[in-house]
Amino acid sequence: MGAPSATGGYLAPLPDRSAGAGYLQHAPGYVLNDGPKLITGRFVHEDSFTLERSVATGGYEGLRAALEMTPAAVHDEVRAATLLGRGGAGFPAGVKWGFLPPGKRPYYLVVNGDESEPGTYKDRLLMERDPHQLIEGCLIACYALGLQQCFLYVRGEMALAQERIAAALNDAYEAGYVGREICGSDFSVDIVMAWGAGAYIVGEETALIESLEGRRGMPRLKPPYFPAAVGLYGQPTIVNNVETLSNLPWLMVNGSEAYKGHGSESSPGTRMFAVSGHLRRPGVYEVEHGVTTFRELIYGDNFCRGIRDGNELKMFIPGGGSAPWFFEDHLDLPLEARPVGAAGSMLGSGAIVIMDDTTDAVRAAWRVVKFFARESCGKCTPCREGTTWLEQILRRILDGEGRPSDIDLLLDIGDNISPGPYPVAAHDGAEAVPFPPRQTTICPLGPSAVAPVVSTIRRFRHEYEAKITRRDPIPIEVVPVGAAR
Amino acid sequence: MTLSPANEALAAEIIGWFPRPRSALIPLLHLAQAQDGYLTDEAMRRVGELVGATPAEVKGTAGFYEMFRFEPVGTYLVNVCTNISCLLWGGEELLEHACESLDVEVGGTTDDGMFTVEEAECVAACTEAPCLQVNYRYRGRVSPADFDRLIEDLRAGRTSIAGHGVLAQVRQSIPADRLAGVVPPEQAREAPVWLARNEAGASG
Repeated sequence: MGAPSATGGYLAPLPDRSAGAGYLQHAPGYVLNDGPKLITGRFVHEDSFTLERSVATGGYEGLRAALEMTPAAVHDEVRAATLLGRGGAGFPAGVKWGFLPPGKRPYYLVVNGDESEPGTYKDRLLMERDPHQLIEGCLIACYALGLQQCFLYVRGEMALAQERIAAALNDAYEAGYVGREICGSDFSVDIVMAWGAGAYIVGEETALIESLEGRRGMPRLKPPYFPAAVGLYGQPTIVNNVETLSNLPWLMVNGSEAYKGHGSESSPGTRMFAVSGHLRRPGVYEVEHGVTTFRELIYGDNFCRGIRDGNELKMFIPGGGSAPWFFEDHLDLPLEARPVGAAGSMLGSGAIVIMDDTTDAVRAAWRVVKFFARESCGKCTPCREGTTWLEQILRRILDGEGRPSDIDLLLDIGDNISPGPYPVAAHDGAEAVPFPPRQTTICPLGPSAVAPVVSTIRRFRHEYEAKITRRDPIPIEVVPVGAAR
Repeated sequence: MTLSPANEALAAEIIGWFPRPRSALIPLLHLAQAQDGYLTDEAMRRVGELVGATPAEVKGTAGFYEMFRFEPVGTYLVNVCTNISCLLWGGEELLEHACESLDVEVGGTTDDGMFTVEEAECVAACTEAPCLQVNYRYRGRVSPADFDRLIEDLRAGRTSIAGHGVLAQVRQSIPADRLAGVVPPEQAREAPVWLARNEAGASG
């Protein structure tokens, strides 16, 4: 605090919020355009979250379609659609479901609605605006896999989402869509909402399971790598993201062939992206997965309409706070996991943050690192100590107390959390290091804190150097204990 | 205070929805915080009894989560986001303004006990930067003037926002005759009946 930021701040007028800009007053942030609407189709209705509106617009038709099929056929359909997980890792849901070991019942379904990756918000909108679509998705998954218990874990800070899901569950139980003998069939499942209390790390699936067991939300040791082997109460557990499950009703009604008619061959369907930062029309958009490019999304008339005030793009985060940063040379990459990973970053959680040429790179990097330092659960030493030191060193550089050795020190701390070459974009003759980073920690939180540091040092080393004004302290000669003097 | 009779009944219902009582710990702590505005030692002890956890386990778990408070906070907890997307549109300046206009430090509470100001991490409203939450209810694209107006409205009681601790104003409730049945994992080893459809191969 103190000195005004070099990042524009209030001096810049906020983007146009008038209705003509495509924003819906009842769904702040969501932008209605003429793109495909597989999962945001109901958002245009003010009462999209009610059972009445849901049923009047095809709600629970996907469940009815599934109940007409055998459970195995439903699973096959999801596998055939190559529905990729939308939480960050992008693993195919149908394959993940196949990891449940036979004969080790009961199995559980846990819905990850603990959305808290910086820059990300699409699950919150899906929970607030269309809770019945999510519930229907849970039901389809439980029917396919033979699960009798589903826990819907919502982030603690999302009071409205909790309210909407609680009300939707109450109505769905009452109407016979959830609970005993659903729609008069032999299919029965309970869906219970649980909610967190403020901890980013609980978004990590094994930490979420710990939290659901009533404990501190710390990630579990691996292996086993997947909760599908050992999860809730030690039982096989499927953890799926809110957006992933919200795709299932459309998929069941229209089939996997129609689903693959959207997006690219390896990334079918649509995906929601929250595009924030220095834009003329920041917003949450449903876009064709795998074919739309960053450039279209940032500059397209149907999307964000370019950088504010006609400024130049300086850098952007392509996949949430954990992702290494991209630059203008990456604008033509498609929104698809593989090419983005090869170029040195990740598509992650569908969060894109745009920074224009007024942005102070060191300051922006510091703020993201500060987040990880605050949210480290403290279980692994390299992360607990490393994120804190990264934050403090960046802070002293910003405060004019930086030393020439600090740049190497930052990289060295990073190397202790994530050894070896860290994923980074190509620049100035140096090749890209592909994603993911290696880690000395149980979960990826620690390595994530290294991303903004390495990204900005590689590209904007001169900005660091310009801020570093003090010389290194004179080294003290260390005399070994017991040595002759 | 300990849990009220109404909350005791709610707690019993919530525990019944989980295969193991301990899973109800966080929901019950929220119930206690909604009742008192923060977690009292008495309430935590009672919640521990209900879910089979020692007082140390309860406090040790609650202390991990930022939203749980062990001391009273203002009626309205104002969380100003300064994470990356909000930083880019002046989140830090908004936090600074909030502290100045309410005459508190970050984390401090006004003398009248009305407002506590905190610096928040990303609350998932990034296109609405700079944003804040009042008792976890959103306000987006908040200018300093908007902030002052919001505070005026809250002081004057022109608000639908409940006091600190209350989150969802609708609770889940499952009618007994609709509950499919929750049992501990040891008692749920059998495959559910509808999977027999796979063997039959026919539609149901």
